[in-house]
Amino acid sequence: MTVATEIELQSMVLLRLGERRYAVVATEIAELVAPSRMFKFPHRSPKVEGVILRRGRIVPVCEVAERLLGKKISARRFYLIAVRNYGGHKAPHKEWVAIPVTGECELINAEITGPSASDAPHIAGRISHDGNVIEVLDISALTARPEDEPAFPAAGATNTFVEANS
Amino acid sequence: MRLAPKAKSPAAKSEQIILFRVGGALFAVSSASVQEVRSVDSLAGASAEIKDSGVLKVRHLLQRGEQNLFVVNGTIHFGLPLTPGTLVFILRQSRTALLIDGIEKMTSMTHLQALPLAFHGEERQWYRGLTALDQTVVPVVDPQGFLSEDEVARLDNLLTQKVSAEASVASSGALQ
Repeated sequence: MTVATEIELQSMVLLRLGERRYAVVATEIAELVAPSRMFKFPHRSPKVEGVILRRGRIVPVCEVAERLLGKKISARRFYLIAVRNYGGHKAPHKEWVAIPVTGECELINAEITGPSASDAPHIAGRISHDGNVIEVLDISALTARPEDEPAFPAAGATNTFVEANS
Repeated sequence: MRLAPKAKSPAAKSEQIILFRVGGALFAVSSASVQEVRSVDSLAGASAEIKDSGVLKVRHLLQRGEQNLFVVNGTIHFGLPLTPGTLVFILRQSRTALLIDGIEKMTSMTHLQALPLAFHGEERQWYRGLTALDQTVVPVVDPQGFLSEDEVARLDNLLTQKVSAEASVASSGALQ
């Protein structure tokens, strides 16, 4: 008798940010677009760089490199248009956000292992690809607003937002 | 993953707007919310300076009949580089007048998109939303967003104190 292990593969988009690669679950991605003109106007949301126009919609461009890499990256090759849920599970309200990426993106199938207790909230898990372990990003947590941040991080959890700004 | 398609209204309703500049940035305001546009020079006799108002962006008071209007410096309000304002918008049904650099043009918008939720700061009070005009995105200001109720109360309180101080000086002068 053979025991078949069921492996659930998920479709993932691999993206490059500086020297590092990250993965995002493909269902959270609307499209990948070439950089277009970014419009800026006064605001007080430090993680939002400006907005772009895409298919008649005005899409905010969210800076994530500082949170992930500890530094801003001015070079960008594409905008990954991701679907961001603002309403939680009870009342989902989805909007597009544009995430600047610096290299080619790749669509792969991989098995996700869940996050560890010490992971930052924006790490949804990890995948193994080409001999590398790649972090899977949770777009909603990555682009969280102050009101979305948990008041007290889980025990052992690293709050990179606080660390990056302290 | 695709979002639900945008709901289409049977007929696009247009709204007249004024495009104006403050500190080099472009904004829009509904023309229905602007009662009057005056040049700074023409208001010289009707305005008074308010010192230490406690509301940094308000430095002048404009007397319109029985009402006092607070002149909000647009550059300070939006945190932009200071520029010498040349025009004042007197806003309808408001205690606010807005000092601006100049008017770009009058036009109309057919679609106002709510400010994306990624914007979470004071701008949620500043803007009614965003509109795309000629392949440019312009924030549409909320006329009620220039001064909070608390700021208006503080300014009113300051005025009351000023008036009573002046009255007491006048009455003591009359007694002497």
